[in-house]
Amino acid sequence: MAENMIDIYIMGEHHRVPDSLTILQALEYAGYRLIRGVGCRGGFCGACATVYRVVGDYHLKFALACQTKVEPNMQLAMIPYFPAHQPRYRLSELKGTAQEVLDIYPEMLTCYGCNTCTKSCPQEIDVLGYVSAIVRGDIPLAADISFDCIMCGLCVSRCPAELVKHHAALLCRRIYGKFLAPRSEHLKQRIQEIKSGKFNAAIAELKNMPQAELKKLYANRDIEPEE
Amino acid sequence: MAYPSPLNELATRVAETRPDRLNQAFPRLTAEEKDKLLHEYHPDYRADTFSTLRVGPNAGDRTPRELALLLEGESLLKGTNIALDHPDYDCDVLVIGGGGAGCAAALIAEDLGAKVLVATKLRLGDANTMMAQGGIQAADKENDSPAIHYLDVLGGGHFANIPELVETLVTDAPEAIQWLEELGVMFDKNPDGSMKTIHGGGTSRKRMHTARDYTGAEIMRTLRDEVKSRPQITVLEFSPAVELLTDSTGATTGAVLLNLNLSGNAFSRDYHYTVVRAKTVIIATGGSGRLHYQGFPTSNHYGATGDGLVLAYRAGARLAFIDTMQYHPTGVAYPQQIIGQLVTEKVRSLGAQLLNIDGQQFIYPLETRDVVASAIIRECQQGKGVVTPGNISGVWLDTPMIEILRGPGTVKKELPAMVRQFARFGIELDKEPILVYPTLHYQNGGVAIDPDCRTNVPFLFVAGEASGGVHGRNRLMGNSLLDVIVFGRRAGAAAAQNARARGSNLELTLKHLEKWDQELQKQRIAPATKSPLILPDYTKKEA
Repeated sequence: MAENMIDIYIMGEHHRVPDSLTILQALEYAGYRLIRGVGCRGGFCGACATVYRVVGDYHLKFALACQTKVEPNMQLAMIPYFPAHQPRYRLSELKGTAQEVLDIYPEMLTCYGCNTCTKSCPQEIDVLGYVSAIVRGDIPLAADISFDCIMCGLCVSRCPAELVKHHAALLCRRIYGKFLAPRSEHLKQRIQEIKSGKFNAAIAELKNMPQAELKKLYANRDIEPEE
Repeated sequence: MAYPSPLNELATRVAETRPDRLNQAFPRLTAEEKDKLLHEYHPDYRADTFSTLRVGPNAGDRTPRELALLLEGESLLKGTNIALDHPDYDCDVLVIGGGGAGCAAALIAEDLGAKVLVATKLRLGDANTMMAQGGIQAADKENDSPAIHYLDVLGGGHFANIPELVETLVTDAPEAIQWLEELGVMFDKNPDGSMKTIHGGGTSRKRMHTARDYTGAEIMRTLRDEVKSRPQITVLEFSPAVELLTDSTGATTGAVLLNLNLSGNAFSRDYHYTVVRAKTVIIATGGSGRLHYQGFPTSNHYGATGDGLVLAYRAGARLAFIDTMQYHPTGVAYPQQIIGQLVTEKVRSLGAQLLNIDGQQFIYPLETRDVVASAIIRECQQGKGVVTPGNISGVWLDTPMIEILRGPGTVKKELPAMVRQFARFGIELDKEPILVYPTLHYQNGGVAIDPDCRTNVPFLFVAGEASGGVHGRNRLMGNSLLDVIVFGRRAGAAAAQNARARGSNLELTLKHLEKWDQELQKQRIAPATKSPLILPDYTKKEA
């Protein structure tokens, strides 16, 4: 199948690339051997956050380079690293209150609700929604809304109030996971049972079993039904 | 519909057979049937794609050609003259690799008072761990037990696994989950606090713990945040290790790192190396999917080039199970931009069926991964696959079935990452089936370790995907996230303890390289390449 070639501009330099490529693949096609600005190549790590424009349009657009196809007359720039403030804290020394999030990230209170963050999020997260939840002290909601964040930092790059939202959201999720989510009784109990040696004999028996017998046991094991 | 019309027409066949398939359970295969299928169609059995190693502790063993080339490669440091007597860094524990295993190891070592240095090729946390969607196994429910988990792991691994490693994996598992919870990982739970758990391929109990379909990302970003919060842990990013350091007895004493930021760009004339003196070294460099064995696409992270195996092997560490790789049955086959990326097994756990071009099932969807992958390859080779515009074959994965079985909205709720990924290319998972083909996913083998992650090289530890033995010849879903946490923690503890017992008068040499060169010469081998690879080269090629 003949490739349909299009014109793009990388760091201002003209290149012709097949239109089927993602931005990341186009950079490589153009000859860039990437070190920064590339990671999982699957939309999970946020390393390839990129900013672009299309010739003739003044708008800045945001994307993950690994997840977005090139389009004609794209003007691309990689953001190899966007500096974002990250205070040090020890979760184990916190109590898990909403106030602590604001103590560690006091600038969250300066949000004036312009919603630029939400518009710049390649994950389509309601960023302003979770920032508001943080300001209101609703940690479970902030944790829930921000859950799909891949921490690319594009929201920070565009925020006129310079909030480091993605790090604050991570703190919320960690506080929720450690302090606010209900604990699993069955997990605690199982750890106790293992420590008391309850399963030692059963495992030792399997370890010492001749392979033929093990295979038979495996083939005939009962399987928990789906529903 | 975002499919071009030929595919669109074939997709309607899938919709037509859906009512019939609703209550149709495809029978599970017998042990003999599975065995036959694997031998006929699994890539591990394609003899022409393997080489036999000629030097090193595994001489005589077979491994994929691409890996053999690197294992028998020439050191990047050959011909360079690096001063080793004034190391740039000094630490108790050097962790090479900043993924799940490396971060877990660093945290536990720091807990035990060790001065830790983490050297990582890309950013901290840029690793396969980040991409694990499906879940993490642990036998913590009432109807389950570590013994039942043990049997599942062994059966999945074709009974080749090292029993002691499996025992460690399953008995440490619940504590690993609790440790993650303490660090703030948000697992999916019921209102009473009990874990929501689901099946994975080859599990006999629902023991897959999830964090939506971002399980690995949730674990990784939490570990990364915790590592960054500890001043006793130094992190060097963009600093892959290119060679271990040893003393005259062959014991590890540190590593040479390459500074990627300063090396090989237009503004720097030379390669910049960093010398680290360390009492103990943990290799946690992950897998090697980016070597694209047999030309397969891969679900792996950009950095997964098997560097740790090369480093360890040249220093004399024995490898295990390096003739077996895992091909995840469901990699994306269309759209072309995301070929090889993972379609999590959770999709099949939730009820999606695998169908050939006629819209018919051909395999029970939750057989172990190697069996499902083989069945898909068989369908495609027998002309029952769907040929995409990119001219590759795939089979259907009927995702709309999930909505019928589990209620409308389930797909969006349970698979947000996937929904987003396909929506970017106009495909609606809850309404349209998707096309899949096996993708190179996991390195079943690696450096041989004991339950404390020790190797046969003194003071060298290995954890996570770079190690081999726990999964035998095939890994079950949810056991790699478990592996990186369980053995990462153990490696951190063992390395910290061993560092404490070791004096600080370390000798830093590259003598093992001289020995390596002599062996190559003796076998009359002229290395065909330099290694480790560090990063794949996709310039002027499509990924």
